[in-house]
Amino acid sequence: MILRRPFFWIILLVAAGFVYAPLHGNNVSLREDLILIAIAIILASNLNLMIGYTGYVNFGHIVFYGLGGYVGLYLTTVRGWNLVLSALVAGVVVSVFALLFGLAILRLRGAYFALATIGILQAVQAFVSNFDPWGRSTGMYLSFNSYQSLGGARHALWITYFLIIAVMALSMIVSLAIKNSKFGLGLFAIREDEDAAVVLGVNATMYKAIIYSVSAFLPAVAGALMFFKNGMIDPSIAFEYMLSLEGIVMLMLGGQGSVIGAALGGSLYEKLRSYLLTSPVLSNFHLVIAGGLLLMVVLFAPGGLIGWVYRLVPRARKVIE
Amino acid sequence: MSGVLASMIDGVLVGAVYGLAAMGLSLIWGVMDVINLTHGAMIALGMFCMYLLFAATGINAYVLLLPTIGVGLLLGLIVYWMAVHWVVGRSMLMSLLSTFAVNMMVIGIGTAVWSTSPYNVNFVLPGITIGAYTFTGNHIAAAISAVVIALALQLFLYHTRTGKAIRAVADNREAAELMGISSTAVLSIAFAIGIALACTSGALVSTLFPFTILSGGVYQLKSFVVTILAGLGKPFGALVAGVLLGLLEGVVTPFIAVSWIPLIEFGLFVVVLVAFPQGIFGKRATA
Repeated sequence: MILRRPFFWIILLVAAGFVYAPLHGNNVSLREDLILIAIAIILASNLNLMIGYTGYVNFGHIVFYGLGGYVGLYLTTVRGWNLVLSALVAGVVVSVFALLFGLAILRLRGAYFALATIGILQAVQAFVSNFDPWGRSTGMYLSFNSYQSLGGARHALWITYFLIIAVMALSMIVSLAIKNSKFGLGLFAIREDEDAAVVLGVNATMYKAIIYSVSAFLPAVAGALMFFKNGMIDPSIAFEYMLSLEGIVMLMLGGQGSVIGAALGGSLYEKLRSYLLTSPVLSNFHLVIAGGLLLMVVLFAPGGLIGWVYRLVPRARKVIE
Repeated sequence: MSGVLASMIDGVLVGAVYGLAAMGLSLIWGVMDVINLTHGAMIALGMFCMYLLFAATGINAYVLLLPTIGVGLLLGLIVYWMAVHWVVGRSMLMSLLSTFAVNMMVIGIGTAVWSTSPYNVNFVLPGITIGAYTFTGNHIAAAISAVVIALALQLFLYHTRTGKAIRAVADNREAAELMGISSTAVLSIAFAIGIALACTSGALVSTLFPFTILSGGVYQLKSFVVTILAGLGKPFGALVAGVLLGLLEGVVTPFIAVSWIPLIEFGLFVVVLVAFPQGIFGKRATA
């Protein structure tokens, strides 16, 4: 049972901290910082399901976040649906899209799949930039009426924040649950040796398509919430290639394959990035530093931060997973 | 109708350059089983190398291809010893990520130095006019250069000791080592040649279209499509497949907006991967 795992309660505690900290004293700037960290954790955790658990690199993970944002904003603004329903529907729509796509391209092994994900990102961006109902390359804006149903703009932003924190907690819980399930074991088997896994009766194509689709759901919901909060969306913000790449850096930095690793990497990297972006000297070089960091991790510490902690304190595996 | 024909011929000319770019990717992939994700960044560096050389000297841009090849070989050796040597033979995930990290660094430095605004190489060769259509001299010269370089590579791979050693290592690294071939030296040479091809094709593209530091990404995707189309480790097949892709673009561009092209290429990529996993020219399983 997942309730008996100590790490489950740690996740809830962290989420509670995220909720309490900015509420205390109505600290809006802290809230904005925490939102970015929460988004980083959501992206890194769900990417971990692909890279860390299954051993498949997804270079276009941001597609889910952007598409979720588009579907969500379309439903709230054009259709006038309420936020929670739109976000959930956005998640479902994007997951189904990912499942169909996954069944087609996940017959591809390892590297071919990684290449296909780069193509998906460019293809989806090209499609959205030409798609009339979504405003082509100028994108869409939120109408202010959408805030009314949530009790005005100020109220709406807080509600969105709590929802994003909930998605963050859920991302980590889903990662934990999958890690401790038979399904998760199947994924690990695929990661270690796909041929052997198939021989032992793991339906690899199906497993990969399902995890691809699962890893799409929460980022899409988060995208719908985040772009609702921002009030606008356009193809270059929604499918920001850099964010897709940085997601991989976060995950490798924290430690692929580990739930806390993804979260830790996400929050540390986000902190580092906001420091670099505001520093006058380094702001132009943040991508260089991120790339250098990734190279160092790949060459010298493939287990990331958590791999290092595990080596130092082997018992830690039992508590933080 | 003749408009489509002209567009097709133009597509074939540009396609030869795509083919040259894909040869670099295909060579590295075939020899050391590494998918080189620095490919796009190296194409972009080739573009800027040509831009800087041309700005400095002002001589015929196609003569400047020779120093560009030299720069490419040097870059290739640097990248090989920085990021690739240590991951050859480890899991695919690691080589994907390490080349990808180098890609981020190159793009980061490039963006800091040149920003993302467009540049162009202002060199024009006189064109050839047939009826109502003019084929620009640059397109013709670029296609001829691409074919000449491809032929030179083919001669190198099949008729020199080093070239034969590269093919031997690609076939079976252990057996090649038992025959006294130093596989490390061969791998670094092959990688350097692959990068040099990417840089050269970038330099050729820079004489045709305006470019930014991010332009490499588009040609990287095209190179993947072409490599998959040709089948792995078949450099000369890549040239033919590149011409085919150019032809396809030439056929469709008169009818649809250019911004749809990534979607079409991606569709082609998936269809080819699923329908012909060994490539159209491939015979045996390699993957």
